[in-house]
Amino acid sequence: MIMGSNMAECHPVAFRWPLKAKTEHGAVLMHVDPRYTRTSAMCDIHAPIRAGTDILFLGAIINHVINSKRWNTDPFFKEYVVNYTNAAMLVNPDYQDTEDHDGLFSGMSKDGKSYSYDTWAYQRGPKPAPAVAEAKTFTDLLLQHVPGRPKTDPTLKNPHTVFQIVKKHYRRYTPEMVEKVCGCSKETFLKVAETLLNNSGRDKTSNITYAVGWTQHTVGVQIIRLAGVLQALLGNIGRPGGGILALRGHATIQGSTDIATLYHSLPGYINMPDARKNHETLKDFILTEAGPVATSYWGNYPKFAVSYFKAQWGDAATKENDYGYDYHPKITDDHSHLPMFVHMMEGQIRGFFVMGQNPAIGGQNARFQRKALAKLDWMVVRDFYETETSVFWKNSPEITSGELKTADIKTEVFFLPAAMVAEMEGSFTNTQRLLQQHEKAADPPGDCRSDIWFTYHLGRRLKKLYANSPNDHDWPIQNLLWEYDPEPSEVANFRIKDEPSAYKVLKEINGYTWADKKPLPTFAVLKEDGSTVSGAWIYTGVIPAEGVNKARSRQGDEWISPNWGFAWPANRHIMYNRASADLQGKPWSEKKKLVFWDPSKEVKTPDGKVSHGSWVSPAGEGIDFLPTKAPNFRGKDNGIGFDWLSGNDPYIMKSDGKAWLFAPAGTVDGPLPAHYEPYESPTPNLVYKQQSNPLAKTWFVEGNPYHKVADPKYPIVISTYRVTEHHLSGTMSRWLPWLAELMPELFCELSPELAAEKGIKNAEYMTIETARGEIQARALVTRRMRPFTINGKVIHEIGIPWHWGWQARAEGDVVNNLSVLVADPNVTIHEGKVFTGNVRAGKRGGAL
Amino acid sequence: MAKGMFVDTSICTGCKACQVACKEWNGLPGEPSHFHKVPNRPYPVAFNFTGNSYDNTGQLSATDWRHVRFIEQFNENRTEGRWFFSSDSCKHCTDAGCLNACPVKAIVRTDMGNVFVQQDVCIGCKYCIPSCPYGVINFSEKTGTVHKCTLCNDRIHNGLGTACAKACPTGSISFGEVSELKKKADARLSQLKGLGFTKANIYGYDEAGGLNVFYLFMDNPTVYGQPLNPIVPQRRLFKSAAITVVTAIAVAVAALISFRERGMKKETEK
Repeated sequence: MIMGSNMAECHPVAFRWPLKAKTEHGAVLMHVDPRYTRTSAMCDIHAPIRAGTDILFLGAIINHVINSKRWNTDPFFKEYVVNYTNAAMLVNPDYQDTEDHDGLFSGMSKDGKSYSYDTWAYQRGPKPAPAVAEAKTFTDLLLQHVPGRPKTDPTLKNPHTVFQIVKKHYRRYTPEMVEKVCGCSKETFLKVAETLLNNSGRDKTSNITYAVGWTQHTVGVQIIRLAGVLQALLGNIGRPGGGILALRGHATIQGSTDIATLYHSLPGYINMPDARKNHETLKDFILTEAGPVATSYWGNYPKFAVSYFKAQWGDAATKENDYGYDYHPKITDDHSHLPMFVHMMEGQIRGFFVMGQNPAIGGQNARFQRKALAKLDWMVVRDFYETETSVFWKNSPEITSGELKTADIKTEVFFLPAAMVAEMEGSFTNTQRLLQQHEKAADPPGDCRSDIWFTYHLGRRLKKLYANSPNDHDWPIQNLLWEYDPEPSEVANFRIKDEPSAYKVLKEINGYTWADKKPLPTFAVLKEDGSTVSGAWIYTGVIPAEGVNKARSRQGDEWISPNWGFAWPANRHIMYNRASADLQGKPWSEKKKLVFWDPSKEVKTPDGKVSHGSWVSPAGEGIDFLPTKAPNFRGKDNGIGFDWLSGNDPYIMKSDGKAWLFAPAGTVDGPLPAHYEPYESPTPNLVYKQQSNPLAKTWFVEGNPYHKVADPKYPIVISTYRVTEHHLSGTMSRWLPWLAELMPELFCELSPELAAEKGIKNAEYMTIETARGEIQARALVTRRMRPFTINGKVIHEIGIPWHWGWQARAEGDVVNNLSVLVADPNVTIHEGKVFTGNVRAGKRGGAL
Repeated sequence: MAKGMFVDTSICTGCKACQVACKEWNGLPGEPSHFHKVPNRPYPVAFNFTGNSYDNTGQLSATDWRHVRFIEQFNENRTEGRWFFSSDSCKHCTDAGCLNACPVKAIVRTDMGNVFVQQDVCIGCKYCIPSCPYGVINFSEKTGTVHKCTLCNDRIHNGLGTACAKACPTGSISFGEVSELKKKADARLSQLKGLGFTKANIYGYDEAGGLNVFYLFMDNPTVYGQPLNPIVPQRRLFKSAAITVVTAIAVAVAALISFRERGMKKETEK
C-alpha cells in the first residue's frame, strides 16, 4: 500500500521494486491518494481520499482488522500481538481517551498548549533493588534508576490494556465514517482493508510505503505512527516484505538525518543538549535523556554520547571536564526551519548559510521567508546555479512589485560556486539506511568546490582565527578535532590538492580506539571512559578495519544483498528482525524465514564462554538482537540494555522491548493518533468536537494570516507536490533545457467540474489565491482530479507542483507564496500537503 | 542477428528518463521551438506547455528521437479510469519505408538490423519523410538533413545497449536480440492474459514486415496512437504500377478510338 507518496513520480528508480514484486511475484499494489497520479496508474487499486484524512482511513482499517473473523481466529496474529507489541500492557487507570473527552486526551494543561504524560504511563510493578549501590560510572547511574516492569494482561481482556484502549479509540472509525469524512466509497475502502488483511499473516506480509504526503501535516507524526500501529497489529514488522518504508526526499537526506543536520539531534539520534531541560552537566544530560529508555539498547547511551564528544575534541575531552560537554552548544528553543525564519524576520538572526537549499521558493509562505532574508546582515549561498534565494535582493517578486527596494536591503550576499555530485567523493545513505560510496569522477570547474572542502577549510580558518584567543568560550573551536588532510594518493589524479579526505571523515564517524586509532568493527565495543571515538555510533562497522570501506562493496544477490553497501546499524536491512521468528525462535513459515534460533549452534561470547544456541540468518542478514539471547531468556529486572530485555522482546530500541500500539511517552500530542482536520480545512471535524491538532504550532505574526475553518472566501483544498521531471525547487533541473522542455511552466491540476464552475479553460491561465499571496498558473483540467462529497457537501481539491521560480529556463510563479507557517508539534514539519484557497480564471492582477 | 527493443507499456511509469537519456547520449539539444526569448533573461525560456496531460513535447522531431505519450481515459464519475504511458521511437522496420525511399542510399541497415541515416550522405531531399508510416523521421533546418533514432548505433556496435533502455528505471524498455525479446514479450503477454487483461496485445510482429522495436499494449494500438495497418508506400508500388499500366492502356485505346472516329469523320466529309 502506497499512501502519502507518489512513488512512481518522486522515487522513479526505487519504484522498479514494487513493479518487480507485481510482475514477478504477483504482488497487489494499492495507492491511497487524493489524486490519480502516475503511481495510481501503475497500481491495482486506487482509493481516493480527501487530503488530510489519512488517520481516519488508517484508523478504520485498524477497526476493520481487529474486529475481523480472520484476525480473531488465526493464531498467528494473537501470538505476534500479545508477545511482540505492548497490547497486553496495563495503562494508568486515570487515562481518558478522546472518546471520553471530545477529542482530547487526559493530561491537557490549563492553557491547552501541552499534555502531561502521567496518565498515559504504564502500570508498573515495584522498583527493583538497584544492581549497584554506588554510581561510579554513567552506566551505574542508569542502573540505579531502573523502573519496575510494566504490568500486563496477556488475555487482553482488562479494560486498561493497551489493546482494549485501542479497540475503543477506533470503534467509531467505520467504513461509513470513511465515506463521510474521507470521501472514499465504502466499497473501495473495504477492498483496501481486506487486501491488507488477506496479505498479512504467517505466510504473507504487506508493506506500507509513504513519503512527505504523510509527513507534511499538522498531524504528520501521528499519521506515520498509525501506520506503525496497523503494521504491528498485522504482524508485518521485523519480517521480510513487511515494514514501513519512508521514502526520503532526495539523495542522502537519510544520511543528513543520521549525521544530523537537524537542530535538535546529534549524530546517531542522540538528543541535542538543551538549555530548557535538566542538562546542566553530562551526568544530568545522560540521566534525563537515557534514564527513561535505559531498559532498551539505549542503555548504552553513555558510551555513544561520550564517544561522540571524544570525536569532537579528542585529547581535550577528558573525564575531568565532562568530555567537553559544557562547551558543546545547547539549543534554547525550537530552531527548526519555520521558527528560524520567524526569528529572522524579528531580527534575531544576523548571518545565514544556505547550502543545498532554496528557501526563497521552497520555503512555506515564501514571501514571508524572502522578506526575512532582507533582515540579515549577511548570507552565504553555496550552489551550482544562481538560485532564487541568492538573488532575492535584486529581482524577487517583492522587488518587481516595489514592496522591497534593493537599496534598502542591507543583507550582504556571498555566492560561492559548489561542485556537483560526480565532482566529489563521499557516501549516500538512502531510504533503507544503506550507505553507498560514490567516487569523484572529475574535478569541478574553476572555483567550484565540494561541500566537504568548504566546511573543512572554513573550520581550518576559524581555528586559525581563534588560535590565540584567551577567551574560554573559544575552547570548542581551538580544540576541535579537525584532521582530514588528504593522503597524497587520494588527490594524485586531481587538480584540487587540498580536497579533504572523505575516508578520514567516515572513519571518524565509524569510530576508532583513541590510543592506537584502530577502526572499530561494531558499536558493541564502544566505551564510556573516553577510550573510544565515534562520530555516530549507528554507522560503526562501515569501516571495520583500516582501509576497508563496506560502503564500497558491490556484490548483489537476488534478495537482501548483505554484501552490497552497508546498512546501518550493523548491516541490518530489516530492523527488529527477531520478530521474523515466533516465540520459540522458529521461523513463522518457510516462506518468510529470515532470522531464527538455532539451538545446536555453539558460539563464543565476547567474555570467552561458549553459548549453546544462537540466532542465525542464512541470508546473511545482520541480526538485530543479541545473538546468544535464547528465545526463552527472562531479562534481569534490575538490568539495563540487553540485560533487561527478554528473549521475546524484539523491539530492542523500545524501553519495554515491544512495538508500541499505544505510546506512553514520546509523542507530545497524544498516545494514539486521532482524526483532526488540517489546520486550514473546508469542513468542521465530523469525528470530534476538537477541530484540529490542539498542539499544532502556529505563528500569529504579520505576513502569516490563517484562514478560518470552512472559510467561505477560501473553500478549495490545495495540495503542493513534485513531478518526476523536476527536482525540488528546480535548481538542479530547471536550468537544463532537456528537463525544462518536459515540464516548461507552472501548472495547476483541477477537475473539469471545478473548471466549469469557475470558467477556467484547459492550458489557459488561472489564478490561485490565499490570504498569503496570489499566483498564476496554466490550468491542467483533468478527470484525474475529482471533487469529493464530504458529509453531503461537494469539496473541490486542486494540486500544484511547486518546482518553479523566476530564475532558469523553465519559469513560473512561486507556489509557496500561497502556503502558510503552521506545523506539527512533534517535529515542526509544515502542512504543505493541505491548506485552503480559491481560484479564478485568468492571470493574476498584481505583481505577486 | 537483429538487435531491437521491446517496450512493455504496462510497466512504463511515464517518467521520460528515456527521452532525456536519448538526448544526452546523442548530443541532441532542447527542441528549439520549445523555447523563446523573454525580456531581461539572457537565456531562452521554455514555453511549450500544451495542456495535453503530461505531454509537453508532443511528437518526435529531428531533435526528439523519443517521445512518451500520455493517454488519459476516465468516465465522468471516475468509476472507470486509466492513464497509459507509451514511449515511442523509430521502430527499425524490417521493411523500412524511409530506407526504400532514399535515392542516395544515405539510409542504410547495419549488420545489427538497425536503420541508420548517414549524415554525410543525406542530401536533404525529404523523400523518406512521407515514406515513414509512423512519422518518425524528420528534417532539420539546421543541418539540412534528416534525423531519427539510430538504435544508438555507436553504443550497440561497442557492446552496449541503447541509452533509453539503460536509463529506463522499471525495465519497460529492454534492448537485446529480437528473437530473445520476443520470448520475453510472449511470456509477459500470456501472464497478462492470465490475469484477465484480454485486450493486451503485441504490436510489431507483423507490421511493416516486422518491427525490430515492438510493443506490448494493454488495448488496441490505436489507443496509443499507432496505426493498425501501417502501409509502407513502396508496398503499394505493384498495385499503383498496375493501375498506371491499365490507365495508360485505357487512354491509348480511347485515343485510338478517338483518332479513328475523327478519321472516319474526315472520310465522311470527303
